[in-house]
Amino acid sequence: MPGIYSGLLCTAGVILEAYVVVCLFFRKSFLHELSINVYMIAAAAQTCGLVACTLRFGITSPIYGYYYYYSDSLLTILMFWVIIHFYQEVFQEMRVSRYVRRAAVMLLLATAFFSYLVVRQNQHHLTSQFVVEMGQNLYFVGLVLTYLLWGAVLKLRETRMRLVQLVLALGVYFSATAGTYAIGNLFPGLYMPVLRYLLPILGLWLPASWAYTFTKIPDEARLAAGRLLARAR
Amino acid sequence: MIAALIFVISLAALLQFFVLHCRSMLAYSRRIQLSNHILEVTGMTGQDVAAGDFDRLVQLVHLCPERGDDQKQIRVVGLYYALLNMVGRMTRRVVPSVAQWVENERRGCSYFAAVALDRRISYSRDLFSQQVANHT
Repeated sequence: MPGIYSGLLCTAGVILEAYVVVCLFFRKSFLHELSINVYMIAAAAQTCGLVACTLRFGITSPIYGYYYYYSDSLLTILMFWVIIHFYQEVFQEMRVSRYVRRAAVMLLLATAFFSYLVVRQNQHHLTSQFVVEMGQNLYFVGLVLTYLLWGAVLKLRETRMRLVQLVLALGVYFSATAGTYAIGNLFPGLYMPVLRYLLPILGLWLPASWAYTFTKIPDEARLAAGRLLARAR
Repeated sequence: MIAALIFVISLAALLQFFVLHCRSMLAYSRRIQLSNHILEVTGMTGQDVAAGDFDRLVQLVHLCPERGDDQKQIRVVGLYYALLNMVGRMTRRVVPSVAQWVENERRGCSYFAAVALDRRISYSRDLFSQQVANHT
């Protein structure tokens, strides 16, 4: 990402992420939405690290590439925590949060074990192709989890509009990013001219849409999620 | 092969999530009553906004000072509106029921733009009255 374009996107990203955290803090939801706050702070820190990496090692260095993809994968795993938080919100009334937590721990262990196996198998060639593939798989797991979450939202007739919008924005983010990574895997030649500009824009989507949701949608706003589908038919 | 499969599934999911996300924003904006100021400015007679008014309303939105919190959402709804226009053009003669649905959705987009314009006008008025108060 050269020059001004990179700088603008990084600045916008950090501002939006900080805005979400500050917004939640002043609405006294910092602890309730802890996972979102931690993710936003980590994402802002990753962006700052990316700028430092660019200044120190240069944009074409392998260190920059590894930092970008591996920190992105760590952020995706952190995002699973956010998804689990949403699951707990949706299943709140069923009082199954204990089981959700257990399932989450199992999922995290399974992901860690799978990643360990993959890294072990590829330890002699942890190339850019490998990190792109890992990113694609992690985002796809996120997409599947979000899709299941959306199914639960519909099934349990969730009416909290803010939660509905947060989940839908997450779905857009995971599907767009997984698709972009998949295209990068299918056509590696597209990375330099297109995808390296597209991925940072996709990274802005989540903080921007969540900032909008937390600012504009009051906590008590209600909307039957099923109605969104019913009218679409 | 796996990458191609992931791409196809992601694209289908993206389309679905994007449409639902836009519809949830439109559904929320439909609950907001338009003020008399916006009716005066745009020359509308009632709370109903014509489906084709979206572009005109967005142009008016861009003339007002930015609040800084709705720009991206207006763009997202603009993208949805363009998508609807495309679907509408393709289905107008073949599937009239879909064309009718598209028209309703386009009206929802226009209403969203009218609400955004209403917010910006009241924001501009607040700014103006603050400035007047500071000068006196």
